[in-house]
Amino acid sequence: MPPDEPAIRARGLTKRFNALVAVDHVDLTVPASHVYGFLGPNGSGKSTTIRMLCGLMTPTSGDISVLGLDVPREAEALRRRIGYMTQRFSLFEDLSVRENLEFLAAAQDIPKDRTKRRVDELIAQYDFADRERQLAGTMSGGQKQRLALAGAVIHEPELLFLDEPTSAVDPESRRDFWEKLFELADAGATILVSTHLMDEAERCHRLAILNRGRLVADGSPAQLTGALEGRIVEVVTPDARKAHRMLAGQPGVISVAQIGNNLRVLAEPGEDVAARIQASLRTAGLQSEAVTVPANLEDVFVATTGADRGRTADRPAA
Amino acid sequence: MVKELRQLRRDRVTLAMIIGIPVMQLVLFGYAINLNLRGLDAGIADQAGTAGSRAVVMDMAATGVIKPVVAAATPQQLMDELRRGEISVGVVVPPDFERRRAEGREAVQVLVDGSDTVVQSAAIQLARMPLDYGRSLASVTGLREVTPDQISVVSFYNPERRSEVNIVPGLIGVILTMTMVLFTGVAIVRERERGNMELLIATPVSVSELMVGKVLPYAAIGLLQTTVVLLVGLLLFNVPIRGSVLDVYVAAVLLVLANLTLGLLISTRAQTQFQAMQMTFFVFLPSILLSGFMFPFAGMPRVVQWVAEILPLTHFVRLIRGIMLRGASLLELWPNVVALLAFTAVMMSAAILRFRKRLD
Repeated sequence: MPPDEPAIRARGLTKRFNALVAVDHVDLTVPASHVYGFLGPNGSGKSTTIRMLCGLMTPTSGDISVLGLDVPREAEALRRRIGYMTQRFSLFEDLSVRENLEFLAAAQDIPKDRTKRRVDELIAQYDFADRERQLAGTMSGGQKQRLALAGAVIHEPELLFLDEPTSAVDPESRRDFWEKLFELADAGATILVSTHLMDEAERCHRLAILNRGRLVADGSPAQLTGALEGRIVEVVTPDARKAHRMLAGQPGVISVAQIGNNLRVLAEPGEDVAARIQASLRTAGLQSEAVTVPANLEDVFVATTGADRGRTADRPAA
Repeated sequence: MVKELRQLRRDRVTLAMIIGIPVMQLVLFGYAINLNLRGLDAGIADQAGTAGSRAVVMDMAATGVIKPVVAAATPQQLMDELRRGEISVGVVVPPDFERRRAEGREAVQVLVDGSDTVVQSAAIQLARMPLDYGRSLASVTGLREVTPDQISVVSFYNPERRSEVNIVPGLIGVILTMTMVLFTGVAIVRERERGNMELLIATPVSVSELMVGKVLPYAAIGLLQTTVVLLVGLLLFNVPIRGSVLDVYVAAVLLVLANLTLGLLISTRAQTQFQAMQMTFFVFLPSILLSGFMFPFAGMPRVVQWVAEILPLTHFVRLIRGIMLRGASLLELWPNVVALLAFTAVMMSAAILRFRKRLD
């Protein structure tokens, strides 16, 4: 594979389950040695896309090339070069840490004489030295995820698929987990990680946002937030609840969310958005101070996946 | 309660089982199980070859209890056929039949395979039946007729008619059928339920490696179970092993493989462990009833016999009774060996074909 060749290239990727279109004409390019984030609400087609990319599901239509291999035709050859970590903990709960790793080494055809060295190495790297005999089922969520990651990289794959790896893990374990991901990326691995957590998305080199099976945004976090320049307005007002109700129905306002005592408004693109909001609140008899602020990824998420999926306080969050 | 019914309605396999199991039981018990045996395969060694001897044999066949399928020259040939399980009854008419008949001595011998006690009783009844026994012929020729007390029954392999001798060998098969099918079926479905399978199929492990890896450990467990039943049978019930012990184990391995591959096939179909258990039961029930373990094969209608021929347990019961009770060798019983191997091959191929390394 030439060095500038992307690790994953998918064109027109589509998956239908009877009437349901789970993934709808997704084009995707994942550059090598990147941590590539896959952001989207539940049911947006993240898992299905990942499964198609690693050859576990056959696309209804579309072309996939992963590490230069044609998928699903060359899926068997691909399996030796990728690691896959499922959404659910899928190691054996009734095997110990070491036994799980030894089993995976065998499943990956790692020669017997190299297995012990590799397993020892992983146990040290992933901090299992004092619990290598512990049964996987008795460990905490964070430890399980760490073990699953160790298992997924046992054969030193060039490409790692992680399907919502940290959704059930506390913040500290999550930070450790991401440290490990960057170590792997530094060592040259490409990582595709799906998530619905904003703080994780912010760490990725590049992001794709999926909504209802469609790719709605693709770029680096800075590019994505930069695109919302001038559309995010923070409103400081004594009666935030009232201002919220008032603004929610306004033309030009996509979503309003209450953050503490303040409001965060996502507006349609336009001139002087902040001044217009302040003016309309004044007409309604509300004192306020409105300023444009830099967008964050949560704003991008809300803007691309639709206000109904966002964090507006009077509607259920995604 | 409404919730249970709603869930049930969506579980189509369970629904099929709810209807299927009672219907199957009714059909099996109603049609298949017949303790009034008819049509036992019989071998005839008529060494006298007189009009009188032929009349006696024809009378016996006319009862419908036996169905002559083999004509042998000597009683020794009949014994071989009996040991191989080709026939379950042999009728021997000695060369001096006419003289014995005239003198009122024992004139006809019925040899019976006692490894099935029901067959044994049927043969004894046959000998006691109020038959014509050439009486009509006798009245014409003026010769003396054959009376029931001139017919002797010689029972082989289990002359004391101990039912445990009959049951224990087959029980090995029943235990193996139940546990082996269930183990593999449930083991694979459990991995699918827990998500282990998704991880496994994302690795380079091939389908056949996956299947063989699942089957082998359980085969070892199956042999362990065989040993336990054999030992208990020997120590507690004094059940003999007249053939070679090696043959017994080879037969057990054949059955274990057949059942494990069946379990694999079930696992490719069942979505939950509960469904896997139900499907196992669906196979297990006819196995017990139709295999000849509980009720003699000869008593079943032809169509049911065809169904029974498909079941691995049927062939195993024939093998194991042949080896343990009649001292037959595996080679002599080869058709059953072939049947078990064929069953295994078909199930394994079907399981591998059905099992995709895909999630859709």
